[in-house]
Amino acid sequence: MKKVALNAAGLLVALFAAFPVYWMISTSLKPSREIFSATPQPVPAHPTLEHYREILTGNLIPGVSFVDFFVNSAIVAVSTVVLSGLVALLAATAVARFRFKLRTSFLIMLLVVQMIPLEALVIPLFLMIQRLGLYNTLPSLILTYLGFSLPFAVWMLRGFVAAVPKELEEAAAIDGASRAQTFRRVLFPLVAPGLVATSIFSFITAWNELIFALTFINDQGSYTLPVAMTFFFGRDDTNWGPVMAASTLFTLPVIIFFLLVQRRMVSGLVAGAVKG
Amino acid sequence: MSTQTKNLVTSAARETPARRRRRVDRLPYLLLLPALVIIGVLLLWPLGQVVVMSFYRLNTVRQLRGDREWPWVGLGNYADILSDPFFLTVLRNTVLFAAANVLLTMVLGTLVGLLLNRLGRKMATFVASCVMLAWATPALTGTIVWKWIFDDTSGLVTWLFNALPDGLSNSLFGRSDWTGYGWFNSPLLFFAILTLVVVWHSFPFIAVSVLAGLKSVPSELHEAARVDGASPWRVFWKITFPLLRPVFGILIVLSTIWDFKVFTQQFVLAGGTQDRPTFMLAIYSYAEAFSPPPKYGLGAAIAVILTLILLVVTGFYVRMVLRQEDES
Repeated sequence: MKKVALNAAGLLVALFAAFPVYWMISTSLKPSREIFSATPQPVPAHPTLEHYREILTGNLIPGVSFVDFFVNSAIVAVSTVVLSGLVALLAATAVARFRFKLRTSFLIMLLVVQMIPLEALVIPLFLMIQRLGLYNTLPSLILTYLGFSLPFAVWMLRGFVAAVPKELEEAAAIDGASRAQTFRRVLFPLVAPGLVATSIFSFITAWNELIFALTFINDQGSYTLPVAMTFFFGRDDTNWGPVMAASTLFTLPVIIFFLLVQRRMVSGLVAGAVKG
Repeated sequence: MSTQTKNLVTSAARETPARRRRRVDRLPYLLLLPALVIIGVLLLWPLGQVVVMSFYRLNTVRQLRGDREWPWVGLGNYADILSDPFFLTVLRNTVLFAAANVLLTMVLGTLVGLLLNRLGRKMATFVASCVMLAWATPALTGTIVWKWIFDDTSGLVTWLFNALPDGLSNSLFGRSDWTGYGWFNSPLLFFAILTLVVVWHSFPFIAVSVLAGLKSVPSELHEAARVDGASPWRVFWKITFPLLRPVFGILIVLSTIWDFKVFTQQFVLAGGTQDRPTFMLAIYSYAEAFSPPPKYGLGAAIAVILTLILLVVTGFYVRMVLRQEDES
C-alpha cells in the first residue's frame, strides 16, 4: 500500500518534470489544424515534419534562414569551448599539481567570481565591446562567454587533474621526459575525459545565453539562436508549430550533452559538501 | 617545438638544485597567467567599471565609445533610484519572488530527493531521468513551452479551465469562458507563472544533490529510528537534516543567488522589458540601460545595488565551501 503511494508520487513528479519537454516535441510534430484545435490532442494524430521543413528551408528575413542562426550559435559555442578548455587545463594543472603561495587565494577567487551576477556586467561589457570595436560581431560573444565559463571550467578540471596519480608523471620524468612531454603524453590523455565533460558545460553556457547576445548583436544576420527565437517568435500571434520545432532543434543537443555529464554538475557545484 | 624541449631538458640537467627549484616555482604562475588575465579583464575589470559608471550621467552610446564627455554626478544616480517609489516596488518584487522561489524549490527538491531514495531501482531511474529533462532544458526554450501551455487561445491551461463545468468555474472565478484570458496580465498571476517556470527549472538540482547527500549517509541510522517508531517527519528533522546540514546550507545559498537574478525566464515570459509592474532588479537595471532612451549610468547603479545584495549571500557561500574543503 505504501509502495503504491510512493510510486504514484514518483509518477506525478515524472509527469510534472517531463511534460513540457514532451509537449514541445509533440506540438512540433502536429499539423497546425491539430495545434489550434479546441480540444488538445495528447499525441499527434497525423504526425508531420512540415514545421521542421518550414524552419529549415524557409527564410525568416530575406537571405537569412534558421540554419544561419544555428551556424552562428555553433561558431560561438565551439570557439568558447576550445579556448576555455585550453586555458582551464593550464590553470587546473597549476592548482592541482603545485603548492604555491597564492594557490588558496586563487581558489577563493574562483569561487567568488562564479557568484558575480553576470546580469550586472552587461553594461560595462557593452562599454568594452564598443571601445574594442567588436559591437555586432560574433567574437564579442566568444570573448564574453570565455570569461563566464572559465571559472567553473577550472574548478571542475582541477578535480580531474588531481585524480591522475602523480606517480605516473614522476615515472615519465625519471624516464627522461621533459615537463612538456609529460604534460602532452601522460597527463593530457588521462585528463581528456574530464576535459570533455568540462567542455560540455562551457558549450551549454555559450549555447543558452540570451542577454548578452541580445545586447551585443544588432545585425539580424549575426543573431544567435536564442536571440533569433525571442525576436521572431516573441510576437502575440505566435505560430506555435514552427516555434516548437525550432525549440526542439535548439534543446535536443543541450539535453543530450547534459545527460552525458550531469553527474559532474552536482559534484562541481556542491564541491566537497557531499562525501561519497 | 621538439628542439626547444630538447634544449629545456639539457639545460635542466645542468641546473643546480637551487636554480631548478626557482624555475619550478615560477611554472604554476605561468600556467595560471592566461586564466588570470581572462578573469581579470572579462569579470573583475567590468565589475569595477560598473561601479565607476554608476557615478556618471551616461545617456548616449557615443559617451561609451569615449567620443563625448562623462559628466560626474557622484551619488546622483543612487539618489534618483532610492527616492523613486518605483524602486520600492522593484525591491519588494525581487525579495518576495526570491524568498518564495527558494522556499518552494527547496521543499519540492528535498521531497523529490527523499522520494527518489525510497523508490525501487527501476522506478527511481525512470523518475530521475524525467527530472533530469527539466534540468537540462535551456531556460529559454523551457519558458517558451510554458508560454505555449498558457497560450490564451489554444493553450493547455486555457482549455483545462474551459473544460471546468460552467457553474463551478463561475462560482469560483466569476467567468466560464477562458478563451482570450490574459494569463500574464495581472502582476500576481504573472509572478505565479514565473514561479512555476523557475521552480520547474531549479528543483531537479536540489533533488539530485539531496539524493547524493542521502546516499552518503549510512542507512542504518534511518532504519534504527524507524524501528524505534519515529515518524518520517521526526526522522527527517532529527537525523536526515542535521547530517545533511552542510548540503542544505550550500543549496539554499546557491538558490538564493540564482533566484535573485532571474532574467531570461522573465524576459521571455513578459515578451521584453515593457511590463514595468513586474520588474525585478536584474531586468530593471537592463531596461533602464538599454531601452530607449538609454541611461547607462542609472542602470549601472541598479546593477551595483543588486551586486551588493548578492555579495552578502556569496560571503556565506564561500565560508561554507571553504569549511567543507577543510573538513574533507
